Amino acid sequence: MTKPLSDKVLGLKPSGIRKFFDIVSEMKDAISLGVGEPDFDTPWHIRDEGIYALERGRTFYTSNAGLKELRQEISNYISRTQGINYSSDSEILVTVGGSEAIDIGLRALINPGDEVIIPQPSYVSYEPCAILANAKPVIINLKEENEFRLKPEELLNVITDKTKVLILPYPNNPTGAIMERKDLETIAKIIREKDLYVMSDEIYSALTYKNQHISIAALNGMKERTILINGFSKAYAMTGWRLGYACAPKEIISQMTKIHQYAIMCAPTTSQYAAVDALKNGDKDVEQMRQAYNQRRRFLMNAFKEMKLECFEPYGAFYVFPSIKKFGMTSEEFATRFLMEEKVAVVPGTAFGNCGEGFLRISYAYSIDNLKIAMERLNRFVTKLR
Amino acid sequence: MREELLAILEKNSRIDFKELAILLGVSEEQVLAEISALEKEGIICGYHTLINWEKTSIEKVNALIEVKVTPQRGQGFDRIAERIYNYPEVKAVYLISGSYDLLVTLEEKTLKEIANFVSDKLSTLESVLSTATHFILKKYKDHGTIINQNRTDDREVITP
Repeated sequence: MTKPLSDKVLGLKPSGIRKFFDIVSEMKDAISLGVGEPDFDTPWHIRDEGIYALERGRTFYTSNAGLKELRQEISNYISRTQGINYSSDSEILVTVGGSEAIDIGLRALINPGDEVIIPQPSYVSYEPCAILANAKPVIINLKEENEFRLKPEELLNVITDKTKVLILPYPNNPTGAIMERKDLETIAKIIREKDLYVMSDEIYSALTYKNQHISIAALNGMKERTILINGFSKAYAMTGWRLGYACAPKEIISQMTKIHQYAIMCAPTTSQYAAVDALKNGDKDVEQMRQAYNQRRRFLMNAFKEMKLECFEPYGAFYVFPSIKKFGMTSEEFATRFLMEEKVAVVPGTAFGNCGEGFLRISYAYSIDNLKIAMERLNRFVTKLR
Repeated sequence: MREELLAILEKNSRIDFKELAILLGVSEEQVLAEISALEKEGIICGYHTLINWEKTSIEKVNALIEVKVTPQRGQGFDRIAERIYNYPEVKAVYLISGSYDLLVTLEEKTLKEIANFVSDKLSTLESVLSTATHFILKKYKDHGTIINQNRTDDREVITP
């Protein structure tokens, strides 16, 4: 073939993390702290429900929007955790992971040339999804001194006539930052005044270690302009089940559903049956996992303190984001040398945006025993550098 | 902190105070005080080790014995339970709801010793009406721990 492929797709940057982890998988005795998914197995009762669905022959498509019963349980869940009421008939769409919801949500909102504001460091999919939806991504470089929270002046600085959507990625991957009610209020005020949409990616909402997570959609006048995205991967350790959802006003959900039905049809049926059980009977499991993550988070923060590695205290997700600026190396150099010399893989902060320079993402979706070995090696490494 | 502390200790009683303090986000003194309180209150009753005897060359036979008894006036089941649990070879005694009264677990070196215990000691007790002995053939999971489990990290490399 000589005809060129899509310019837009060719123009997308390949992921910076990939080559790194290809080395790790080849390396003997290497420890990875790079993975962004829970180390826990899906709780047995949820898996059992999936097996049962298969046994009963529930192997057909579900409705495009997802099992009615699952949408009802999602509605109940958001109502009991956030106090927001979404109609299970018209305001909830079950998707293939939160990532599908990001993609089709942006596609449903964007006209060519619209601007999408993306605070970084953040999950790597927002920017390519915005570009594929013909939007112009506008980046906000979040600051460590603000604990990587989005500040109103930072938002105001980048809003133009073309601004359409703000992506709000909290609790945040890779920084572990959260937004508290007072932070959200200041942002919501601007969103209402400037008449913008918000895409609130709350996939880590169950994993916070200070106060309970608050959705921006719960604030006055915000439900009508917010796409709330969540899913089962992080809270219930269900990454491989590929199941997420979007909650939004019915005008938006109905357009998202069109894309979903033509591109995907429906989310996996087995996963949907299992997810019903997760929402009905999974609170205890989530709390147990949250407690374990919190212990590991404290363990890492203490280890950093002892080796005098600077790190703001993160209160969400399962990542810490220490600063390595003092060592006079780029994040990538640091991560590469650390991998080669101590056989521990961490992700350079730059994988999540240019402003991640000078930071590392360390995941604590690993057992304490693993983290202990890794911290011994990190201590040895930074001592050598000093 | 109490519940979380107990949950950690139940899994790993050898963890030191310093690490406990870090994991729980409190001071070492607080951990120390809480543990001694728990011991004093009899909430922590011991620090045992879970041993997979099958992997050693030491022979052990375990049995579960269902026991039906006549409760005694004024003392209910407690008196008869005491007479049973005082035998050192008895590992556990539970009062059970349902078709029998006491569940007794027993550990001996040989099958014969268990048979002797049941026929000579247990069934001759005055209040014991009947017994049913079940031998344990294999332990899959004990005290919440899956025996012989080799966990591997099967998470694959994925982008993003």
